[in-house]
Amino acid sequence: MADNAEILSGLAEIVEEVAGIDTADVTADKNFVDDLDIDSLSMVEIAVQAEDKFGVKIPDDQLAELKTVGDAVDYIAKNQ
Amino acid sequence: MSTASSVPEVVVTGLGATTPLGGDVASTWEGMLAGRSGIRRIDDDEHEWVTRHNLPVKIAAPMAVSPTDVLPRVQARRLDRCEQVALVAAKEAWEQAGLGEKGEQVDPVRLAVVIGTGIGGAVTLLDQDDLLETGGLRKVSPLTVPMLMPNGPAAWVGIEYGAQGGVHAPVSACASGAEALAWALRLLRGGDVDVVIAGGAEACITGITVAGFVQARTLSQRNDEPERASRPFDVDRDGFVLGEGAGIMVLERAEFAAARGATVHGRLAGAGITSDAYHITGPEPEGLGQSRAITAALRSAGLEPSDIGHVNCHATSTVAGDVGETRAVRKALGDHPVLTAPKGALGHMVGAAGAVESILTLLSIKEGIIPATLNLEKLDPGVELDVVAGEPRKVDLQAAVCDSFGFGGHNTAVAFTKV
Repeated sequence: MADNAEILSGLAEIVEEVAGIDTADVTADKNFVDDLDIDSLSMVEIAVQAEDKFGVKIPDDQLAELKTVGDAVDYIAKNQ
Repeated sequence: MSTASSVPEVVVTGLGATTPLGGDVASTWEGMLAGRSGIRRIDDDEHEWVTRHNLPVKIAAPMAVSPTDVLPRVQARRLDRCEQVALVAAKEAWEQAGLGEKGEQVDPVRLAVVIGTGIGGAVTLLDQDDLLETGGLRKVSPLTVPMLMPNGPAAWVGIEYGAQGGVHAPVSACASGAEALAWALRLLRGGDVDVVIAGGAEACITGITVAGFVQARTLSQRNDEPERASRPFDVDRDGFVLGEGAGIMVLERAEFAAARGATVHGRLAGAGITSDAYHITGPEPEGLGQSRAITAALRSAGLEPSDIGHVNCHATSTVAGDVGETRAVRKALGDHPVLTAPKGALGHMVGAAGAVESILTLLSIKEGIIPATLNLEKLDPGVELDVVAGEPRKVDLQAAVCDSFGFGGHNTAVAFTKV
């Protein structure tokens, strides 16, 4: 089980790989769309990679609720 | 030379290419004049399918510079290779045209894109199908469809440069790149737009395409001498060599280019498109449809056959195709034009071929020199025309034609003139 800091760090690596955003910029307060300019196609890629990395399921209706990086970290922490 | 004065002039202000000879227009042109070949053995780790399937063809003309070495990593991973090469060539052409930032010199609604491809994102289709079979739905990329669709190269270039005046993707096999220029000419003459980014892109060197071309009996099997395999018009030719790359031109209404002080490299004077309605792969043996395309290009340009000093031939190095084309040239133009066939050096870049070869045609006019047909050692006796062989030839040219033909019986001829 990864703790929140590990999840954030792992998620930042995925975001960097998919969208080319520096891992240092992927912080809990950032909104995926408004702050990081990530489109819906890239969000699907990020979700699939996060599922594999953290052993969670992120159904589409849940994915739509994950507005910020912090939302995603909390969801993964609760469901892993 | 007569000119159709009522028809708006269209000029070429930017050229871009990535080819088996080089990652840009200058290195490609230099390679052509130096008589270099872009063809090599491909039975290596990168193309492991050649050995795994024991394919009888072990040669191809891959690009000299991989587009993934040029494009930003994150941009490249969202694109099929044929989309990557379109963006690489478009960037060179756009920057040479001096169009600045998106929307700076041309109103986005007056900017269009016409970029054709023969095959499109076939490699993506295969890769993603493998992922579906081995990993299930979740492994399939959400970018699968935009990567494999044949309008992808045109669409991405349109997004990159903010083109809101229409984005088009003619698909006519090996004539696609030239046909894109022909449609761009019509758009510009019609007054719908001021600038068009036009050309062709292709990147389909993979197991199934090579196997398919092998089964259609169209590829050279001269595996022991890759650099001598593509030999248009030579008596010992035995098929074409599959290549890849992209060629892009920035075309403008002459008045628009003049008003913004753009450097003009030549004039896209006319274009003709016809179809054989004869056979799905074989050219009509008398070259009647091809001849009509050349004649239509001249009519569109307001030129006479005697004005055309040079034809940059489609000639792919297949037994049937090359001689048929020379019949078409003789019928449409007579026996005075000087011919060359760049596929001896570049291989056959399929949907990019007509665009890259149009760039070479324009450079021949501009610089007064025609590259030699590589590997033309003994002219096929059926070719009763003057083909440049051995060394490039210096010729003062006022007008030239570029031929492009494709599976399906597509014929396009494009005419360029000196400014």
